[in-house]
Amino acid sequence: MREKVYPSADAAVADIRPGARIFFGGFGGAGFPNNLIQALDRQGAGELTAITNNCGSADGELGILFKHDRIRNVIASFPGPHARHFQERFAEGKIRLELVPQGILCERMRAAGAGIQGFYSAVGAGTPVAEGREERVINGRRTVLYEPLAAQYAMIKAWKADELGNLIYRKTARNFNPLMAVAAETTIVEVDEVVPVGALDPEAVVTPFVFVHRIVQAKGIHNVVRA
Amino acid sequence: MSSAPKLTREQVAARAALELRDGDCVNLGWGIPNLISDFVPAGITVYFHSENGILGMGPRARPGEEDYDVVDAMKVPVTVIPGASYFDQGMAHLMARGGHLNVSILGGLQVAENGDFANWKIPGSKGSGGIGGAMDIATGARRLIVCMEHTSKDGAPKLVRRCTYPLTAVACVHRVVTDLAVVDVTPEGFLLAEVAPGWTPEEVQKHTEARLIVRGRVPEISPAAR
Repeated sequence: MREKVYPSADAAVADIRPGARIFFGGFGGAGFPNNLIQALDRQGAGELTAITNNCGSADGELGILFKHDRIRNVIASFPGPHARHFQERFAEGKIRLELVPQGILCERMRAAGAGIQGFYSAVGAGTPVAEGREERVINGRRTVLYEPLAAQYAMIKAWKADELGNLIYRKTARNFNPLMAVAAETTIVEVDEVVPVGALDPEAVVTPFVFVHRIVQAKGIHNVVRA
Repeated sequence: MSSAPKLTREQVAARAALELRDGDCVNLGWGIPNLISDFVPAGITVYFHSENGILGMGPRARPGEEDYDVVDAMKVPVTVIPGASYFDQGMAHLMARGGHLNVSILGGLQVAENGDFANWKIPGSKGSGGIGGAMDIATGARRLIVCMEHTSKDGAPKLVRRCTYPLTAVACVHRVVTDLAVVDVTPEGFLLAEVAPGWTPEEVQKHTEARLIVRGRVPEISPAAR
């Protein structure tokens, strides 16, 4: 059986190449893979595309990767007015941004993971989000076509993993993490605790191991930075 | 101009809270809506929904009891009430977009008389802007109530004939609760349902770009909400 548990966050991100397209989980300070993000910063790969809800708070979360100019493209729902390093670089024209409605961001990931080549939704119809997108009236309602959103890597945070990679999450730290896990070629998860196979209740598993490729035990750095 | 004061943000929130019914599942957005949970009428239970994966969100956590894995959409540590559940962001938006919540109450920048709604970007504002969950929530709301000041800080009306700001969603607003009035969006346009105490329909109209339909005597916003 292939060994999925890596000795460190640095080892788990060592092969990520410049220009990689990466999902980053987390919302509202909860469920960010902060140890993986900091390892990626140390590793130094640049020209990255980040797919994320928001763009960090000061140096926390993704902030450090913007501070060090690692990220060139962002696909996000709410970058955040307090994501200082992102906003400075965005204002200078150094970063390209695609804004996606938050629920549509989720569904585009789910579509990518589920083998669905696109879907129509009324969300975004009549708004700037629809610009350049195919529109179609379905059951009398204006809708917009959305394509799936995949990535080479997902960096996610879970509470516990077993050694196979079955995951459970803690409270609202779940957020985007399970959705990103299904849509990446390689999902790297940072957990508080790795437990033996069989130790997780199968009824409670949220992300089955088939979606998880690398596991790092790292007690999460909570960013309690209030923006 | 009326000599009567406008309602405070808390009074607007208290009036909006009267829209809630026992057992309702409700999403509250940023701004005035965020205050509404403090004014839920006594004796009813409301299950607040948070886009980051809670149904049954309770009050803010007391100092010293914060769990930073339980936060609301504004990053504030909260609690949950009996009957609550946690789920992923996709399920949270499925609930909102799929029309499974009873009511959503959002803050707003402009509402048009055809129900169009703008709440995420002021043209020319600095920074990247951000959409967040507003488009999914507004588009899918079974009943969307917008809570906002009646006019912007510089006095510009926010109830307009056509939105000039980038839209959040088209034809989605059912009712607007402001510091001057309660206004319903109808096929004929804005219907003035209630006015702030001491204000007349004519005075409210002066602060409103779109025409307000007035049918008979317009009641004042209930004293219970003050």
